[in-house]
Amino acid sequence: MDLLNNLSLGFQTALTLQNLAYAFFGTVLGTLIGVLPGLGPVATIAMLLPSIYTLDATPALIMLAGIYYGAQYGGSTTAILINVPGESSSVVTAIDGYQMARRGRAGAALAAAGLGSFFAGCVGTIIIAAFAPPLTELAFKFGSAEYFSLMVLGLVGAVVLASGSLIKAIAMIVLGLLLGQINTDVITGTARFSFDIPELTDGIGFVVIAMGVFGFGEIIANLGQPAEQREVFTKEVKGLWPTREDFKEAFPSVLRGTALGSILGVLPGGGALLASFASYTLEKKVTRNPRVPFGKGAIQGVAGPESANNAGAQTSFIPMLTLGIPPNAVMALMVGAMTIKGIQPGPQVMTGNPELFWGLIASMWIGNLMLIVLNLPLIGIWIKLLTVPYRFLFPAIVVFCCIGTYSLNNNSFDVYMTAGFALLGYTFYKLSCEPAPLLLGFILGPMMEENLRRALLLARGDWSTFLTRPLSAGLLIAAALMIVVVMLPSIKSKREEAFQEEG
Amino acid sequence: MKIKSQRDFASGLMFLVVGVAFAWGATDYSFGTSARPGPGYFPFGLGILLAVLGGFVLFKALTLESEGGDPIGAIAWRPLLVIVAAVAMFGIALPRLGLVCTLPLLILMAALAGPEFKWRDVLISSAVLTAGSWALFIWGLKLTIPVWPLFING
Repeated sequence: MDLLNNLSLGFQTALTLQNLAYAFFGTVLGTLIGVLPGLGPVATIAMLLPSIYTLDATPALIMLAGIYYGAQYGGSTTAILINVPGESSSVVTAIDGYQMARRGRAGAALAAAGLGSFFAGCVGTIIIAAFAPPLTELAFKFGSAEYFSLMVLGLVGAVVLASGSLIKAIAMIVLGLLLGQINTDVITGTARFSFDIPELTDGIGFVVIAMGVFGFGEIIANLGQPAEQREVFTKEVKGLWPTREDFKEAFPSVLRGTALGSILGVLPGGGALLASFASYTLEKKVTRNPRVPFGKGAIQGVAGPESANNAGAQTSFIPMLTLGIPPNAVMALMVGAMTIKGIQPGPQVMTGNPELFWGLIASMWIGNLMLIVLNLPLIGIWIKLLTVPYRFLFPAIVVFCCIGTYSLNNNSFDVYMTAGFALLGYTFYKLSCEPAPLLLGFILGPMMEENLRRALLLARGDWSTFLTRPLSAGLLIAAALMIVVVMLPSIKSKREEAFQEEG
Repeated sequence: MKIKSQRDFASGLMFLVVGVAFAWGATDYSFGTSARPGPGYFPFGLGILLAVLGGFVLFKALTLESEGGDPIGAIAWRPLLVIVAAVAMFGIALPRLGLVCTLPLLILMAALAGPEFKWRDVLISSAVLTAGSWALFIWGLKLTIPVWPLFING
């Protein structure tokens, strides 16, 4: 049994004291920051990236993965307790979760979210372990044309599923691709768009963009709003455990959510966000005569989406680990982190660094276990943390982001660039342009160009190579289908409706 | 011609201008042929694509009715300028003044961006964050960041 051998290798790696400690540290840190309103996994990972510079690759990635699901989980906690989703994928959780909390059933809601996520996490880990190797086999058959088409599909997926205007999202991706063009051309060695600034010939660091746009841009936007009326739920969370009826109602939802999330997570651009929305819609359709109506505190409306977003979060590692192609902004940051650690993400990671690969997968399961052990007893403390006023919070974020950007290259230039991107980030916010597709485009830009040019070179300048190679054609057709489907009027209104519920 | 959506109008214009700028800049680099694409090939195509998309957004902003004109709204000049200036200041000051002096300065400036400014809060934040950053980044992670001002270290 290859699977068992591989997993045991993974557990051997993950269960060393050092790696356990980093997984633990990551999940705690992720939860801690994830509970803070407005700080989701992307901002959290971007902020904490400098902390991995001194680590080896395996513990570094284990820790980052821990931060990722920790932040994901922390986001749901705030969604339930104070109706402030920590990140976009827990927006749906807030609908019924907060209602449950208001009826004094916060404990049941948190437990349902936690246990559902844990179950989904276990399934997700097994799915990754089972499907990663065959997918990696497939990845080795990929030529430049296929990679290019796959990236097109990934970017289209990210756009289609982003909220807001479709054209603007596509434009943001292209803008990101263009920002990725500020570098030294890999094939000819020509410095492009550098304005004779030596620092620019290495390209812009993606951390600079992430921190400027997501970290500082967000702070400016937050401060620009009148002091928000945060309705903190100070009451003690009573009755941690759900009743037997709760279990009976929640369990099928968890199963459905897990299945849905696992599938959607693998799709490029899908990830956790779409999974949780889709699951909520499904639960609403499937559940007949709910004991408590949806929107008033139905446990299905918490258990389903929470399982779905956790399963999606896990399986979104698959395209990243096997193909080196990030399906969402968090994975884009993970790819960046791997590059910092000198690992070229892609199919060769599994064969070249099996300890890293399987250790990461095993640590996902361990991290999920830690999360549940940690969070159920600590809920009271998380609520305390929420009472830290924003006027203490934002200087801390500013400090961490500043130190983080400086320590990238020990160079002030990156800090100035970040200041520039803060300005840009606020502009995007004001013009309601989603910044996440930009980051994705930026990461994929250089890879796309290289593959495009290599594919054209191999085909002697014949663009039809992308359509005559079956795998590549299939991927492009899938991308085109995705756009067409979203453009269809009936789906368009559905999509708008789904994102409307965010408000 | 009336602008039907301010946000879309401005973003369309932004995409259009940036796209044209990139495409124009790309003409400085060899374009190559399709069989042997040069360094200007990809950015030129992308720049044109972005400009076209920007044009679409502009067109939509001028023709499609949106709710209440979709105004951009007031710009939060104070936090915007203060935060950007604070970050730039950090870049200038850190190599010269070191972490110990720069962080309190940064926190003081950042606090000015908020709606309420209290000296007590600034002092608390400065003390906690400077000590915390030292412990985390210098002592814990061993990052090579200047800690003390140049005139002390010499």
